[in-house]
Amino acid sequence: MIVQETAIGQPNPVAEMFFFGFIAVTLGITWWAAQRTRTTEHFYAAGRSVTAGQNGLALAGDYMSAASFLGIAGLVSTTGFDGLIYSTGWLVGWPVVLFLIAEPLRNLGRYTFADVLAARLRPAPVRVAAAAGTLATVTLYLIAQMVGAGGLITLMFGLSYETAIVVVGAAMIAYVLFGGMLATTWVQIVKAVLLLGGAALLALMVLWRFDLNPARLFAAAAERYGDGVLAPGKLVANPLDALSLGMALMFGTAGLPHILMRFYTVPDARAARQSVFYATGLIGLFYLMTFVLGFGAMVLVGPDVIRAVDKGGNMAAPLLAELLGGRPFLGFIAAVAFATILAVVAGLTLSGAAALSHDLWVNVVRHGRAAEGEELKVARVATLGLGLLAVLLGIAFKGQNVAFMVSLAFAIAASGNFPALLLCIFWRGCTTAGAVASMVVGTVGTLTLIALSPTVQIDILQRSEAWFPLKNPALVTFPASFAAGILVSLLTANADLRAGYRRWERRMHLGVVEETHGHERGS
Amino acid sequence: MTDSATRLEVLAAARERIALFLTLLMILLYFGFIGLVAFARPVLARRVVPGLSLGILLGALVIVASWLLTWVYVRWTSEHYDGEIERLREAA
Repeated sequence: MIVQETAIGQPNPVAEMFFFGFIAVTLGITWWAAQRTRTTEHFYAAGRSVTAGQNGLALAGDYMSAASFLGIAGLVSTTGFDGLIYSTGWLVGWPVVLFLIAEPLRNLGRYTFADVLAARLRPAPVRVAAAAGTLATVTLYLIAQMVGAGGLITLMFGLSYETAIVVVGAAMIAYVLFGGMLATTWVQIVKAVLLLGGAALLALMVLWRFDLNPARLFAAAAERYGDGVLAPGKLVANPLDALSLGMALMFGTAGLPHILMRFYTVPDARAARQSVFYATGLIGLFYLMTFVLGFGAMVLVGPDVIRAVDKGGNMAAPLLAELLGGRPFLGFIAAVAFATILAVVAGLTLSGAAALSHDLWVNVVRHGRAAEGEELKVARVATLGLGLLAVLLGIAFKGQNVAFMVSLAFAIAASGNFPALLLCIFWRGCTTAGAVASMVVGTVGTLTLIALSPTVQIDILQRSEAWFPLKNPALVTFPASFAAGILVSLLTANADLRAGYRRWERRMHLGVVEETHGHERGS
Repeated sequence: MTDSATRLEVLAAARERIALFLTLLMILLYFGFIGLVAFARPVLARRVVPGLSLGILLGALVIVASWLLTWVYVRWTSEHYDGEIERLREAA
């Protein structure tokens, strides 16, 4: 085995410089945003002042996680084509968000997707169920990100795992606690520009060696590692697994609470639509570049070297950067990966805090009668609590393989959140009991089946077989959630709800008309 | 029923039709691709040009198709929907 001389894991002055630069800039943004964060509308929705272009970048920033940058590049570099299933799967949910969700969501809600359900159905039960789905999604996603961050920073900067987690937690809490959505939005924008710029530069440097022709790169990979790397391989040995994963990725995107929350930061439904269009363009471009980065790392660095540094393959992109641009470029890419994680956890924490304060505390415990100042205070306490929880969970799950938690979070978002939202928006016959049934079946079903799946039973608990055959449960739980929602709605059919649907439709298309005059208060 | 309510209903139905059609198209395209990955591996291994397998090409085309569909939708709404909605909102 050839071992590439690598500076990964050693202190790297360039990485430190970029890293401290990023922290300084983002804390500066937070200080600026804190002066402008006075009300709940500022804290949750940046005062609805974000433009479509800014929100497009911020959506991309919220969505492109280190898992997709380092994970997909690693997967492609070690398995070839199989990794590309994720590259496409992580994009195809965005058109669905655009066509079905973005505009109605903006017109019908205020801060969280539960607002939409609560505006039409009985508020307390749907808010509790939606908050449970939100918190399950956010917690799993946070654990995956924190554990990934700890491992990554240890590997790249040589810091201890615990120090790394605490640094990430502290920065993330500072952004959200003081700067709310405005700071979080700009952290996402800075991160998106850095990540897209870094990935584009790296992809160009790879293609430069192959006459700017991707086909030459793929041909070189096939020549060295066999034709198999250009075709589906053993990752999708079970066809139903591939379908199930595809379902979770496609519909999960349309049910991620931190993504849905971003549509409230723009002035109107038109801007929400425009922002998804930009986000789809940017995210698609990014995933196309992962094709080049993955195969580039395979050909230029080599799968053996990549696995020798990290057996999960996560260091493929940094190793490629070091090979092509030396230690300074490695430092830059390392800092970009770090910024990526920080931005994603900030967005997750904010959406979790909104579920706790806006949905559970203000609208369920206090029946919507809390003062503005109280809601803001509770939101900040929730932010602090979630931030600390993320740090503790990050440390508790040290050394565990948590990669499956991201696709699990997508499965819950796809089965627990998305079907109820869709039924409530588009189906006249949807009832409170139906929406709750859909969310409960989706969330609880997903958690149960994943516990019985080979991922947990065989990979983690080392049993010889699993009761449930699929790695991802979405193939079962996504249709089950729809079926539960429709069936229970039919059983509890209610003439009043149907009659109110016309007014609801009007608001879905026109928005809250009073709001354009600037005095919509209370829901 | 007032005239503006009827106009809104017609407009909303048109938007829902195109949104639903594009969603179904996207689902068909993506699950068509995943279906090939799952059930027709030898087909995807075929070469289009040296170095470029059908699998990689179709994967990239799924991304390009996503762009095109979102563009079609945004184009349609800005030409046929936004102006009319604005007029209806002002009349409300």
